[in-house]
Amino acid sequence: MTTTATRPPSPLPEQRDRSVLTRLQHLLHAQATIGPAVVLLAAIIVFALLSDRFLTPGNISLILQQVAVVGTLAVGQTIVILTAGIDLSCGAIMVLTSIVMAKVAADTGLPGLPALLLGFVVGTLCGLLNGLLVTRLKLPPFIVTLGTLNVFFALNLWYSASATIRGTDMPSLLLWTGQTVNIGGTRITYGSIMMVVLVAAMAFVLKNTAWGRHVYATGDDSEAARLSGIRTSRVLLSVYATAGLVYALAAWTLIGRIASASPQAGQLDNLDSITAVVIGGTSLFGGRGAIVGSLLGALIVGVFRNGLALAGVDVLWQTMAVGVLIIVAVSLDQWIRKVKP
Amino acid sequence: MTTPVLQATGLVKRYGKVTALAGADLELLPGEILAVIGDNGAGKSSLIKALSGAVVPDEGEILLDGEPVSFSTPIDARKAGIETVHQSLAVSPSLDIAANLFLGREKRRKGVLGSVFRMLDRNGMREEARRQLDALGIMTIQNPGQAVETLSGGQRQAVAVARAAAFGSRVVIMDEPTAALGVRESRAVLDLILQVRDRGLPVILISHNMPHVFEVADRIHIQRLGRRKAVVDPRSVSMSDAVAIMTGAMEPPEAA
Repeated sequence: MTTTATRPPSPLPEQRDRSVLTRLQHLLHAQATIGPAVVLLAAIIVFALLSDRFLTPGNISLILQQVAVVGTLAVGQTIVILTAGIDLSCGAIMVLTSIVMAKVAADTGLPGLPALLLGFVVGTLCGLLNGLLVTRLKLPPFIVTLGTLNVFFALNLWYSASATIRGTDMPSLLLWTGQTVNIGGTRITYGSIMMVVLVAAMAFVLKNTAWGRHVYATGDDSEAARLSGIRTSRVLLSVYATAGLVYALAAWTLIGRIASASPQAGQLDNLDSITAVVIGGTSLFGGRGAIVGSLLGALIVGVFRNGLALAGVDVLWQTMAVGVLIIVAVSLDQWIRKVKP
Repeated sequence: MTTPVLQATGLVKRYGKVTALAGADLELLPGEILAVIGDNGAGKSSLIKALSGAVVPDEGEILLDGEPVSFSTPIDARKAGIETVHQSLAVSPSLDIAANLFLGREKRRKGVLGSVFRMLDRNGMREEARRQLDALGIMTIQNPGQAVETLSGGQRQAVAVARAAAFGSRVVIMDEPTAALGVRESRAVLDLILQVRDRGLPVILISHNMPHVFEVADRIHIQRLGRRKAVVDPRSVSMSDAVAIMTGAMEPPEAA
């Protein structure tokens, strides 16, 4: 055997030696949800060790209830962010639709189902308005939704006359999301179950349909997508409208959670939903990420807040922890994006 | 005389006071590689955009197999069988190769899964992508499930060419396909262009690279000041003469 034969010529890229760090970068690049999954698991283990009460059925149920509204909003927020957009108006759309559902039913005696469907229509129309402003006037989504956030919130205050509608005044269907079912000793609200089903359905659609691919392609490089024959305006319009419908579902969950419809509810839920999406590994630059990550992101925030509270840590440090998580998640995304072939 | 596959006559395109096309003509014959060369601002891009549906000309006519056509979007041109490989490549980096090949015309699963649940036929598209890459001799790409962003510039170009060749039924237009590539990668892409022609698809090649143009083109269309200045035969005209005609330093010979 000659010395030249011992060394194969020009090894393929896959066979090249890589440092542990580069391997990790490639792994996270291929599977964006691994990061948040590991963080969630670690957080659960740490908080379970810190407090005996953390893993009790009652506490798990509480975390899921606390996460349900933001987790549902995050589903809509994710598809918007995947298109390289952002939706600051999601909380306002949710509150407006919750008020519409509850007040129409309370004032006119409209039964639960039509009231609910009316809310879905209002939510979808609000999303559609965002989509039209983004695609027709070509305004940045940040500015569009910052504007509509105020518009929808004002409409909500006007229609509700700033008054809360009590749960006892509305049809029971609107409160159904707050009811619980016993699953393995843990009482889970229908709102939490709806969130999980919604996440699964949206994950399926994004992964397995042409529409899902077009959403990613539009966010990845919208000019390339257009030249490939994708009607990117239509994709954007459908994304914002779908997000609006999802926010209306979140409104239903919200009513069940607080057993009333309050025009002042969910003030910061728009930012919380963005937090969940970002911690969940979806890139703010579009085209990269997954719905499941956003659910994990919402759970991470919920677990951190709950776990730190059980450990007796002051609320201000809970907020600090969430802030640090966001910075870490975005830094990680930047690093993953620099992956080399 | 054979009917040109694609013919443009008297195309005019104005952008405000700027006239990009001042009555430009173009003829693409069956089974040929027609190179389009011209100085910056000669109207190459506008001409190609008009043919690929990216801009609508103000005046003039486009004939496909002798039939007048009018494209208002790139999708119209694609439906008519004209595929364009854009200089910007128009690939989506985070999607895989197969997804990019089928972007905008995905295949769905058969039966209820496809019609009701709109599920994509992922395996079918991967196999078809593999076949298309093999047919063009693109062996450097091993796995059609690989994300495009993990590919080199030349491999991305190959994906874009494979897409055009797979779906183009009449004409393939390539805009500066070797502009961003190294010597070896350019070589591979030029071979691809010849492969596409040998499969019977006529190719319009826009390039600034004279050696590449002279190597693969059957005829060379020289664009100057918004018009077709001449069509020359690369075997009878030298590279420097072609450049001289392009820049206006020399008048073209009488017949091509």
